[in-house]
Amino acid sequence: MTQHTVTGFDDELRTLSQILVAMGGKAEESLADSVHALARQDHSLAEHVIARDDAIDDAEREIEEKAVLTLAKRQPVAGDLREVMAAIRISSDLERIGDLAKNIAKRVLVLNQTMLPQSVMLGLENMSEKALLQLKDVLDSYTRREVDVALDVWARDQEIDAMYNSVFRELLTYMIEDPRLITGCTHLLFVAKNIERIGDHSTNIAETVHYLVTGEPLSDDRPKHDTLTDPVVADEAV
Amino acid sequence: MDATITTEASPTEAPAPAELVNNQKMTARKVDVFYGDKQALFDVDLDIHEHQVISLIGPSGCGKSTFLRCLNRMNDTIDGCRVTGAIELDDQDIYEKSIDVVEIRARVGMVFQKPNPFPKSIYENVAYGPRIHGMTRSKAELEEVVVTSLQRAGLFEEVKDRLESPGTGLSGGQQQRLCIARAIAVSPEVILMDEPCSALDPIATAKIEELMDELRTNYTIVIVTHSMQQAARVSQRTAFFHLGYLVEEGETDQIFTNPQDDRTHDYITGRFG
Repeated sequence: MTQHTVTGFDDELRTLSQILVAMGGKAEESLADSVHALARQDHSLAEHVIARDDAIDDAEREIEEKAVLTLAKRQPVAGDLREVMAAIRISSDLERIGDLAKNIAKRVLVLNQTMLPQSVMLGLENMSEKALLQLKDVLDSYTRREVDVALDVWARDQEIDAMYNSVFRELLTYMIEDPRLITGCTHLLFVAKNIERIGDHSTNIAETVHYLVTGEPLSDDRPKHDTLTDPVVADEAV
Repeated sequence: MDATITTEASPTEAPAPAELVNNQKMTARKVDVFYGDKQALFDVDLDIHEHQVISLIGPSGCGKSTFLRCLNRMNDTIDGCRVTGAIELDDQDIYEKSIDVVEIRARVGMVFQKPNPFPKSIYENVAYGPRIHGMTRSKAELEEVVVTSLQRAGLFEEVKDRLESPGTGLSGGQQQRLCIARAIAVSPEVILMDEPCSALDPIATAKIEELMDELRTNYTIVIVTHSMQQAARVSQRTAFFHLGYLVEEGETDQIFTNPQDDRTHDYITGRFG
């Protein structure tokens, strides 16, 4: 794209984008580390994830401040305006991802003595790998302004939803079989839900990237795979 | 609760907002303008919708003011200026030989960049037009036109006690509103504004912008502006000119959030011009 006549404007937009990309990297690390910490019962790694969340929160604040300043100073329109709006929106999704990863890490610290079904752990690891790939792809689509990749991420979220449903059912079975597992399983259920929510945030980011590049909002008929609201499962869940 | 829901009109039953009704007040078709040998406008097609404000934007020398001046034949006053193509006001070609130019300029009024009140009293500035056009039959009727025009221009309250003082003694913003009152006094259908706020401070500018929004209920407004923010604020539609061509025209909301042409995008985002 051609440069602005006022080059300071270009610098401001570039800075926003750079902070966002760095923030995205941290969110990716936190997600990966939190699930690793869970699988290996690695408390120091979990502590690390918890500590890193401050840096993610700081990045969101920094982006918001800079974005507000740019809006006030430059009154951006069209592509420039979408650039600023996208930075604000994506940073808020990344901040939530950071929070969810931190929540997983906190559960690692309390799960210490609790009995955990190992097969579910495998399911969770697969799920988080999938969510991590989604997050990585959607951040790449932002960096390279690639709508196709963003659309791919957007459409693939149902796979994570499906994995979540199967982890949910499995945990339910364990809890029915052995009430001593209920505490641990409940924690894992929250972990699964957190990962599923992280997937949702990645699709939000995909929608933002679509808007950023094309100027058109994505319609809201994303394929969903949420069978938990089916009557049968809903009954089980009660 | 149910009652509230059922009384709400469904979107399909609601009448279309005025903006969506397709009612062209003026149309330009294949308009070319030449200054001597130099062509200033190329093949411009543009519709101007009734009771809307349309902004003409573009870098200096892009032809937007030239186009504006075509709409009430102000270009006739420039030596060597030639206009081809068709410009219609209510389906009537304003460049037809039988047309009375003075009548066209009464129906399509104009406000200029620099406030240019006559060196007369405030009252006379506004009364001048209706008087020479023989639009009023009595002094009382003329006075009513003057008062109404000043009111519509949002100036009456500020000047009602000094209507006999010279118009040139007002502040810049007041002078510009006096010029708008003068334009309104002859009951135009369309008001052309050529950068009406470029010589005014932000408060006077805000008053004119507020006024434009009120005026469009009675008139159709075409404004040339160098302020992109002003175009975004005051107009329903925006047309972008570049190097004598009309590059893109559309709803203002769309032009400023998602322009379709790269040149429009580069201009409104401050990348050239």
